Amino acid sequence: MSGHAGDSFAELPVAPKPPLRRFHQARWDEPIIFEQSRPGRRGVAVPAAGVPAVELPASVRRAEPPKLPEMSQLHVLRHYVRLSQENLGVDQAIAVGQGTCTMKYSPKVNDRFVTDPRIAELHPLQPEDSVQGVLEIYWRLERMLAEISGMHRVSLQPASGSAAIYANVAMIRAYHASRGDGERRDQIITTMFSHPSNAACAKVAGYEVITLMPDENGYPDIEALRAAAGPRTAALMITNPEDTGIFNPRIEEFVGIVHEAGGLACYDQANANGLLGITRAADAGFDLCHFNLHKTFSTPHACGGPAAGASCVSEALEPFLPGPTVEFDGERYRLDADRPRSVGKMRPFLGVTPNVVRAYAWIMALGAEGLREVAETAVLNNNYLMHKILQIPGASAHWDRGRLEQVRYSWQGLFEETGVHSEEIGVRAADFGVHYWTSHHPFLVPEPFTLEPTESYSKEDLDEYAAILAHVADEARRDPELVRGAPYNQTIHKIDPTSLDDPKQWSPTWRAYTRKHLA
Amino acid sequence: MTSERSVTSAASAAPRQAPARGEAFTVGLVVNPVAGVGGPAGLKGSDGAEIQRRALARGASLRAGERAAQAVRALLARRPGARILTVPGPMGEDSARAAGAVPELLRIVPGAPSSGKDTTAAVEAMRDAVDLLLFAGGDGTARDVLDGAPSCPVLGVPAGVKVYSGCFAVSPATAGAVAAEFARDAPAPGGTDGSGTYGGTVEAEVVDLDEEAYRRGAVSPRLYGTLRVPAVRARLSGRKVGSSSGAPGSAEGVAAEVVARMRPGVRYVLGPGATTMAVGRLLGLATTLLGVDVVQDGELVAADVAERELLDLVDGRETHAVVSVIGGQGFVLGRGNQQISPAVLKKIMASGGLVVLATQQKLAGLNGRPLLADTGDPEADALVEGYVPVITGHRESALYRIRSAIEEFPS
Repeated sequence: MSGHAGDSFAELPVAPKPPLRRFHQARWDEPIIFEQSRPGRRGVAVPAAGVPAVELPASVRRAEPPKLPEMSQLHVLRHYVRLSQENLGVDQAIAVGQGTCTMKYSPKVNDRFVTDPRIAELHPLQPEDSVQGVLEIYWRLERMLAEISGMHRVSLQPASGSAAIYANVAMIRAYHASRGDGERRDQIITTMFSHPSNAACAKVAGYEVITLMPDENGYPDIEALRAAAGPRTAALMITNPEDTGIFNPRIEEFVGIVHEAGGLACYDQANANGLLGITRAADAGFDLCHFNLHKTFSTPHACGGPAAGASCVSEALEPFLPGPTVEFDGERYRLDADRPRSVGKMRPFLGVTPNVVRAYAWIMALGAEGLREVAETAVLNNNYLMHKILQIPGASAHWDRGRLEQVRYSWQGLFEETGVHSEEIGVRAADFGVHYWTSHHPFLVPEPFTLEPTESYSKEDLDEYAAILAHVADEARRDPELVRGAPYNQTIHKIDPTSLDDPKQWSPTWRAYTRKHLA
Repeated sequence: MTSERSVTSAASAAPRQAPARGEAFTVGLVVNPVAGVGGPAGLKGSDGAEIQRRALARGASLRAGERAAQAVRALLARRPGARILTVPGPMGEDSARAAGAVPELLRIVPGAPSSGKDTTAAVEAMRDAVDLLLFAGGDGTARDVLDGAPSCPVLGVPAGVKVYSGCFAVSPATAGAVAAEFARDAPAPGGTDGSGTYGGTVEAEVVDLDEEAYRRGAVSPRLYGTLRVPAVRARLSGRKVGSSSGAPGSAEGVAAEVVARMRPGVRYVLGPGATTMAVGRLLGLATTLLGVDVVQDGELVAADVAERELLDLVDGRETHAVVSVIGGQGFVLGRGNQQISPAVLKKIMASGGLVVLATQQKLAGLNGRPLLADTGDPEADALVEGYVPVITGHRESALYRIRSAIEEFPS
């Protein structure tokens, strides 16, 4: 554009943009797709196949056709485009408000790899000779994660972070059983701010769980660990940094206490964004660890799955890895299913291959220096954001400690002053186009909110996010009813959350909804 | 005097201007002499002349006056120049004198025995005359203070059976220490900084239970209002967390674990509370919500026992005390379960041990502060100090630090 044209534009009476984005979410009042179904309507008119009909065995035959919605192509497309517009996520919003979940950018090029027919059309029962390429990706990703963690072997079979934790518990159980010590070692020690999946998986595996509470400084109470560790200890399962963002500097001592008692030490590294290339689980003495590929290695969360988890173990635990394992003899890749001490399968076949491919591509694109830069940027971003957030009157960080990659903050001060709760701040923040989250169990920090910027977001993103929270906090002081009445610019207004806690009402499927609400 | 003193919580480093020692600092003192009298007698409160008469008949002694004196002693040790303005007789004067103070007296004549109306009248008479009001009693007393609409900040000396309100210090000595460090003109609550401390004063809730309903077994704390208290949060009792706010069903999980751990031939003393009540329910026994019950081998040995009975029941056999954490303060002994007296506790710890029941939420709510024992006898408290098993759910426990309230907050 020429300078002359630019000048004339500058003279146009266009109001400057206000400091905060005038966001408004799409609102389509979109019905559920089943409600849009009309009998006989079709997306594709499939021609008659021309082959003779064959009678199916009664055991696999449906008594009645599936109740699929009947719609045209346009209406299906329009439905899902509308839903995508009524959404908030990494691709259109500053998604730093989902701390502990880690919403980082998933590079679009990696999606092209997984939609490539050579990946997308693989069949899990193909002969090994025909899938050497994908086995190589599994093998190479395993070796990379082994190097990142310092561990000996890695299983990429678990389909989620919690499945990886469960695989680790299963291996801990098998290890002690193999030594004739399984009956006696019936306790697993964890900490209050370790991710709750650790306690949950230990319990599912039949263990009694002992939880270490934080001391006055926010660290797990090491004296309580000394009191708890003993001949009944199977393992310590611990997250570090914990969900508060605080890194436990005495972690090696924790591991030592448990080892001395004959237990194993298992590191929840689901979120290793503050650690990549800086510390390694094996170097602190851990026997097992796991990564969530979607938290650290950029694969999509996939809305509750299938995601991908990696279980990493020391040499002593290798025999117990889920199987089959991918092996390489220098020339050829093969699957080894002959593993008599294995804990068995964590899911059918190899694992969630598309996510394995994405994580492999992500690591290959970054290299070792790039991974370290991810960690350094994530920590820098978090501390920059923390600095901005703590300047907002009424916001605080519970313990006066440095943080790694995330912080659980508190609006307690603001709440005491205005009566506005953290949840209400979050709902109002959504009016400015950002997501915000409070906390999961344990609800120890009053009026909590948990922010995790990762390495994906720019300084401008963090400035904008902090400015939105500062604005909403200011609104809470000036006009608390305005904040309580939010959202105003969103797809829907307030929802009554009681149905989420009531099995008589909740409806995860259309079938359940029909039964519970339309009958 | 020009020396500056800091009036901050234990966690804060921010200095704040305090009044110089030479300036007059007047503390009002109101004692409910019969507060707490129903506790050791198993009467779940002390409201009403009839209950007080029955408690005294059961061998109870008046201890609120002594607890008030402990607070005044701690106050004067730190701030010898403080003036005490109080009520003639057992409603304050006796405690002040027992602590070595020479109090100034209000010109009012309380009833004999005194009642809540006298507390309210004393608070009204002190309006604009004191910098800080110390009162000794329980939740009922706090309500009476509230009715008197005090013009200055207030601080409770815990001396009642029910101490659910947030306006109480964690112990008498702490009340004295907080009072000594309090500066009337300190800055009003400002923004919260990273350490989560506050300046000046904060609002504390006054809650109380209907004692009649409480004796029938219904715990329904009611909020009566708020009092301004010195903002020394680390040393004030947090408002108790009612059992209804915990995760639903968790009491059943805790109870299942308690029952799973019970051994034949061993006696278990179940303290008051919804969680211990769930243990009784799981055993199919008619244990009480607010009393202390004794069970063994799936049978109810005795229900709602007073201290004297309990002493006999725990004698000469392995006995474990199963107690719950009383709300957000962390007390497991000495609040609401005074029947488990120092003498009873000594016998239990000699033969068995102490098990605490609490949801993780309740433990987490302590923010790293220890569980507290305040039996009134440091020797008995010392027996339970260390790491105590806390059952938090089915196949779930924690090991948690327990300290004597006297050790934790030395005077």
